[in-house]
Amino acid sequence: MRVMDKRPKVTRRRVLGAGAASLVALTVIPGGIIVGAGNAWSATAKALKPNTFATLLQMARDIYPHDHVADKHYAGVVSSFDDAATKGEADKAVFEDGVTALDAAAVKAHGAPYAEVRWEAQRVALLRGIEKDPFFQRVRGALIGGLYGNAEVWPLFGYEGPSASKGGYIDRGFDDIDWL
Amino acid sequence: MAKFDLKDDSVVVVIGSGAGGGTLGSQLAQHGVRTVIMEAGGRHEIEDFDNDEWGMFGKISWLDKRTTSGSWRVAKDFSGLPAWIVKAVGGSTVHWAGASLRFQEHEWKVRTHYGNIPGANLLDWPIDANEMAPWYAKAEDNLGVTRTNGIPGLPGNNNFKIMKAGADKLGYKECHTGRMAINSEPRHGRGSCQQLGFCFQGCKTGAKWSTLYVDIPNGEKTGKLEVRANSQVLKIEHDKSGKVTGVLYADKKGKQHVQKARVVCVAGNSYESPRLLLNSASSMFPDGLANSSGQVGKNYMRHMTGSVYALFDKPVNMHRGTTMAGIIMDEGKHNPKRGFVGGYEMETLSLGLPFMAAFLDPGAWGREFTTALDSYDHMAGMWLVGEDMPQEKNAVTLHPTEKDQFGLPVPNVHFDDHANDTAMRSHAYKQGAAVYDAVGATRTFPTPPYPSTHNLGTNRMSAKASDGVVNKWGQTHDIKNLFVSDGSQFTTGAAENPTLTIVALAMRQADRIAREMKKKHI
Repeated sequence: MRVMDKRPKVTRRRVLGAGAASLVALTVIPGGIIVGAGNAWSATAKALKPNTFATLLQMARDIYPHDHVADKHYAGVVSSFDDAATKGEADKAVFEDGVTALDAAAVKAHGAPYAEVRWEAQRVALLRGIEKDPFFQRVRGALIGGLYGNAEVWPLFGYEGPSASKGGYIDRGFDDIDWL
Repeated sequence: MAKFDLKDDSVVVVIGSGAGGGTLGSQLAQHGVRTVIMEAGGRHEIEDFDNDEWGMFGKISWLDKRTTSGSWRVAKDFSGLPAWIVKAVGGSTVHWAGASLRFQEHEWKVRTHYGNIPGANLLDWPIDANEMAPWYAKAEDNLGVTRTNGIPGLPGNNNFKIMKAGADKLGYKECHTGRMAINSEPRHGRGSCQQLGFCFQGCKTGAKWSTLYVDIPNGEKTGKLEVRANSQVLKIEHDKSGKVTGVLYADKKGKQHVQKARVVCVAGNSYESPRLLLNSASSMFPDGLANSSGQVGKNYMRHMTGSVYALFDKPVNMHRGTTMAGIIMDEGKHNPKRGFVGGYEMETLSLGLPFMAAFLDPGAWGREFTTALDSYDHMAGMWLVGEDMPQEKNAVTLHPTEKDQFGLPVPNVHFDDHANDTAMRSHAYKQGAAVYDAVGATRTFPTPPYPSTHNLGTNRMSAKASDGVVNKWGQTHDIKNLFVSDGSQFTTGAAENPTLTIVALAMRQADRIAREMKKKHI
């Protein structure tokens, strides 16, 4: 049967295995420019503090962890939060205050801000503590549309996207299952 | 294409252009009756369809404000979106999956067959299987339903093949690729299914029946039908004798007009139809039009629903091909030994990655969730749809404070599952998982209900005027020239997907209205 190659087509940093210390690797350059490891991606924090941007990125990875999906796809959604923050103080406060509180909880529990807590399980436990909050739900809800709705990630999941322009699947494997 | 004057009081106004209104309007025109269909949404033809789940959702869904209450899970997961229906010409026939099943004989008379179920407001329909048989035949021919009229079944896709293998192992006897309003071979000027997937986003090939590109153009060709898009009806007007005289509507720019009418037929789906009757209250009808029974908006049904998705160690690629590619009908029968009355159907379903992320387990996050999506291409899925119990407290009511863009109260939708619904869902989850376990599933997911697509019962049909809103013709008990023409007239919901029954009722009603007009009864 015809199967999709789910391997990423671009080089990217190696992430460590599930549950390991999969911290996002990035560099903040003065001026608010954030550069991913190996220059794989970059973003500019226009309204949010660079640290807030970085923490939201780590949080995004921890909410919907996919080890084969590169940071840049999560960073795209975080950039949309930055866009919202440039347009309104209320939106900006949601993210800045949310991250400040999350960092405070992380420092209390582990002696380090959220994005420096080394184990995913420890970070997830911190997120469980705030999962009902509007801040968390805002981040989570945006990821559902922004991450999984991004056509660039679809091949990584074996989802082939639009088919009409290719004549559908009638000659491209709609019934090609061969292992039953 | 006809164009009627606002002051022309000889026309029939049909509100809505979906399975009910689109069919009715077209049929009336073909009977020679001058008809205006008022459609709240825009007209998006096949060229405007995209193979894009969120893109099409934003383009065609009914997204006007609604509120929810009650203990149903939809109120928690999708509090502002209790229904997933279409606001566009063609209505929900643009995004439906195409399953076209007749009611089973006993489902017309469930009060008789099920007896008195505590908490349920059960009633027999005032019509039966014999009465409906010729209209079902006509509807099946019009829709081009596979496995009827000599039309072959569709070929099964990968998702179906998994279901079929599991069904065979469990000993189910009635599993096939369904009775679908999707061409398996070219018919009536439309081509055959190319297995695109994206049935929910509007069929790019037109192989799936929709009033948008079948009935409505056929009606327009007669010169007797005008379809007025972007025209949302706000109120039905009446005279001193209590007969309806026309409708107040807002055009695309929000400007309001009155279209006069000889007859008005309401087909806005089971939220907007009762809401319109309630919002049309007057000094003569203080509780809303056609509401002497107090049943307008009550007895809301949405079918018992749920889904089961399963992961396998080898690829499936369920997204390839028709969304609803096959069915197991064995659980559809009434067999109270299972611990509930009525039955349910098991129908394959696939969602693309964007919708799967939103609907697999709404609100879930973390690795339990993401490892499921990691295996998206190894996933199979089915939808479970069964008869739910009408309950008077499950209702569409006018919100006391929230208003829409026209200043009218928005609908609140209240729903609590009946104990029978819950028992049926538990059974369905168990059987759905068993189908997949039988072919080696490594994980299964009991996925909660999506926003409601089968909205039924809020203007129900009854023999007695005190029990419901409309008579056996869909004519309101209270007002002779006011009809209800959509799923809101369902007395009870049956296990089957409702579209074929809505179409059959609309064809029958068109015939009745045309004859009654000729006799000057209305």
